[in-house]
Amino acid sequence: MNEPQQQDHWLARPATIKLLWRMFIVALVMLVLAQAFIYVKGYFGVDGWFGFGAVFGFLSCLAMVLFAKALGYVLKRPEDYYERGGDDA
Amino acid sequence: MLELIPPAIFMVVAAMLIGPARGHLRTVIVLAAPLVTLWFIWQVPNGVAYDVAFLDYRIEPLEGSEVRRLFATIFALMAFVGGLYAFRQAKWYELSAAYAYAAGAIGVSFAGDLITLFLYWELMALFSTVVVWCGGTPEARQAGIRYAIMHLLGGVILKVGIEGVVVHTGSIDIQPMLANNFDTWMMLAGILINAAAPPVSAWLADSYPTSSATGSVFLSAFTTKTAILALILLFPGEPVLIGIGLFMVMYGIIYALLENDIRRILAYSIVNQVGFMVCAVGIGTQMALNGAAAHAFAHIIYKALLFMSAGVVVYRTGMNRCTEVGGLFRTMPLTAICGIIGALAISGFPLTSGFTTKTMISQAAADESLFYVYMLLAAASAGVFLHAGIKFPWFVFFQRDSGLRPKDAPWNMGAAMVIFAVLCILLGVAPDLLYRFLPYPVDYEAYTPGKVLFYLQLLMFSGLAFFLLLPLMKRTETISLDTDWFWRVLLYRLGVRAYRFAAVAGGIVSAAVESSLSGIGTAARRHLGAGKQGTRPGVFARAWPIGVTALWIAVLLTGYVLIYYF
Repeated sequence: MNEPQQQDHWLARPATIKLLWRMFIVALVMLVLAQAFIYVKGYFGVDGWFGFGAVFGFLSCLAMVLFAKALGYVLKRPEDYYERGGDDA
Repeated sequence: MLELIPPAIFMVVAAMLIGPARGHLRTVIVLAAPLVTLWFIWQVPNGVAYDVAFLDYRIEPLEGSEVRRLFATIFALMAFVGGLYAFRQAKWYELSAAYAYAAGAIGVSFAGDLITLFLYWELMALFSTVVVWCGGTPEARQAGIRYAIMHLLGGVILKVGIEGVVVHTGSIDIQPMLANNFDTWMMLAGILINAAAPPVSAWLADSYPTSSATGSVFLSAFTTKTAILALILLFPGEPVLIGIGLFMVMYGIIYALLENDIRRILAYSIVNQVGFMVCAVGIGTQMALNGAAAHAFAHIIYKALLFMSAGVVVYRTGMNRCTEVGGLFRTMPLTAICGIIGALAISGFPLTSGFTTKTMISQAAADESLFYVYMLLAAASAGVFLHAGIKFPWFVFFQRDSGLRPKDAPWNMGAAMVIFAVLCILLGVAPDLLYRFLPYPVDYEAYTPGKVLFYLQLLMFSGLAFFLLLPLMKRTETISLDTDWFWRVLLYRLGVRAYRFAAVAGGIVSAAVESSLSGIGTAARRHLGAGKQGTRPGVFARAWPIGVTALWIAVLLTGYVLIYYF
């Protein structure tokens, strides 16, 4: 426990995390480039465009996170909100 | 003869025996009853097995079909693995209630008529409430009461619908219908309340996370999926369900993103997943109904797996919030891996059961040229990965080192998780295992290179979005208001106002009554009282001379004679 040289779990080391990020980015790039070789059937036209899945996935997540964030300003309350019986009780 | 026994009976009997049984006998009952039930489920023949006279109706307690058997199978399987997960940690009354609850779900699956369906429906409502209460905390008690009110109300609405349909059509049969009059609308509303559809989705995220670590595993499986089965049987192709389903899908994602409580994140994602199924029932084609049934089957497995993983964390640490935990993968590798498998499955990652079932629903939308439905479902698939697929394992098992070093799962909890984790992958790798039990012939190829690539792009870039947007998703120790605000706060305040008003009005009335009563008393004393010493007695209490009396009698008699003559 008190050994000064105690290493954290290998998965939590900065070097590993850096490596994981690099692998992740390589994987992302390859997934988009792979569409040059693999035909993605578009049911409605647009969904067959090059890289559509990537852009659509990223943008819809961005939209949902921002929407949730904005909604949070209106809807978030302290955890004991209902015990106190509402806002100004 | 054996095939005529309703399989739900075995679960009811087991629920009753769990209490009195002790030690190993109880373990045997808990583990064997669902398997016996499962065997009997597979003996149920297609069509109505028999009917029984009840009042003026022919009750059909047992009706088999592919889709009914599929749902009953997963309910029994869920009871078995849930029982394995819970039998050493849960209180006996929680197990007993959970088995009665499962019996209700299996009973609904084989109900041949609306009356039988309603009875089993209420059995579920009652015993699921008990499971919520088994959380044992004041929050669980309060949430359980709200849960019970919501489900009893839903039951009444369903009952009004059933009565209407029975009176107006004379048939108690379970058959496809559309919501086109008051009766069918009420039935649809009653079923949708159990599906956690808007505007009352809040009951689910309110109650499930307050139950015990083992109770939430059972709760996650039965109520909403029985509602999906009822929708498949009664309202296939009802267009309004498409919109309701899409709303649920988005609602689940947004609220899960705002949430801090681990199990409440998973509860919101139940609403999200059930939304996919509701939407599919609304599309109503054979492909869509196959997709809804298959997705319900796969969903029960991975959602239970996620709740099991979260349950182990709650059981071992006693903590419920993302802000309290983190970095648990160090000492809980099995729980973390099983949780990640469940998270990948719910996100519909290729090679998991979510991919082979959820894409059927998207395919059905594409086949019907429903552009917006297809696009929203695709966006939602990305959103699921965001809120459940990464958020749940990331905040619980990684994120930061919380310093907690809890032990990994007890052996029975671990075994239950491994069974479901294996099933998640098995149904993803070999989808035909499930496809051949679906209600309609399956003409669908799950794995085409193009589809796999499309979904991998979609999901991996959602992952990128998650990690880039992490600063925006910092967990806060908050809850989020929902439509239940209207009855938990507004209705409560109106009630308090009404009470105060009644108190004031009552005060005025009682003051008036009191003053008039005391007036009567004063008058009575003045006229009838003997009076105190030294004062004159009341007018009727005085001693009058005989002469005065005789004079009054003479006056009265004269008056009488005069009246008599004229």
